Amino acid sequence: MGKDEKPTSLDDLGERLRVAREHRGAERQRKGGLTGGPGNMSGLGWAFRIGVEMVSALAVGVGIGLLVDWWLGTGPWFLVVFFLLGAGASILNVYRAAMGYGLAVGYRKPGESGDGDAEKDASGKADGSDAATQTKGQQNKR
Amino acid sequence: MAGPIEQFEIHPIIPIRIGELDLSFTNSALWMVIATGVATICLTVGARRRAMVPGRLQLMAELAYEFIANMIRDNVGDAGRRYFPYIFTLFMFILFGNLLGLIPGSFTYTSHIIVTAALAVTVIIAVTGIGIAKHGLHFFSLFVPSGVPALMMPLMIPIEIISYLSRPVSLSIRLFANMMAGHTMIKVFAGFVVPLGAATLGFGGLAPITVNVALTGFELLVAFLQAYVFTVLTCLYLNDALHLH
Repeated sequence: MGKDEKPTSLDDLGERLRVAREHRGAERQRKGGLTGGPGNMSGLGWAFRIGVEMVSALAVGVGIGLLVDWWLGTGPWFLVVFFLLGAGASILNVYRAAMGYGLAVGYRKPGESGDGDAEKDASGKADGSDAATQTKGQQNKR
Repeated sequence: MAGPIEQFEIHPIIPIRIGELDLSFTNSALWMVIATGVATICLTVGARRRAMVPGRLQLMAELAYEFIANMIRDNVGDAGRRYFPYIFTLFMFILFGNLLGLIPGSFTYTSHIIVTAALAVTVIIAVTGIGIAKHGLHFFSLFVPSGVPALMMPLMIPIEIISYLSRPVSLSIRLFANMMAGHTMIKVFAGFVVPLGAATLGFGGLAPITVNVALTGFELLVAFLQAYVFTVLTCLYLNDALHLH
């Protein structure tokens, strides 16, 4: 009896594991992509992330401005221009982070971006998705 | 008593000077070597005994593998699978740096912006290179936002480029600031223990110790979370480069 019972309990375990995995997979799909919305982390962490997004873009803008000014010796003018561009970029970063657009360029959510690359990749083969991306690239070039 | 900032000081252990360059083997480098060694030992020993019912080390190694594999599958898709070794190494290096830094007396190399910046810049260069290798010049359409009138393009394209260049900055600042802030806070509270205890016959010292116990637990969470955030963002950047919009 003991010998007969062992495989059945393992089979049972396998079945339960399969069900649990499917359940988890379903939940993951329902939640959507992992772009880190405010629901995913604590308030402080979220505030910190927004702050860093803002400051870093502004810092890059100011850095480029100072560098170009130092290189060309053109007064404060590039600093002013790139400060404003950096401020724009920082607001853009915050907007994208806050709206859950992730880091993708553009104003569409990664999931609804017309091309189904992400979904195709999750289920299909790597070759197929490569081909799909290439054809899309050619279409965009035209 | 040591100040709260002294834990971040870098001391050369084996001074090496080549011309003007200071290539000394420092305590930072020592802990990088230790972290790499510990991670390698944990994973190789964990993967050696492939038991049906895994032991602790094997379970840890398998969990780490599955965690990163799932992360790549969810965020990049199958096309990202060939970059698994790099992303896994990155995660392990940051995670073990954060965790080993919590041992009293050790050194947290992830609390130095030069280390995190080097990691982030490597990620961005790698991702940009992969994007250009895969898509050629078409990669630069990443900087052209969709659904914007042509009149706005001269304004939007520089903004997009700055936004792209700000990625390594935000990536490195996030990791370094979290680690440094946490470690400074622990040290500040630890500094209260003796003066407060001396003033109140020893009982007052228990309050900052309690806070420190809670903070250490919190830091353990931050260590995992920041390693996770760094890798997840790497995956998202990789996804952007592989699948242009």
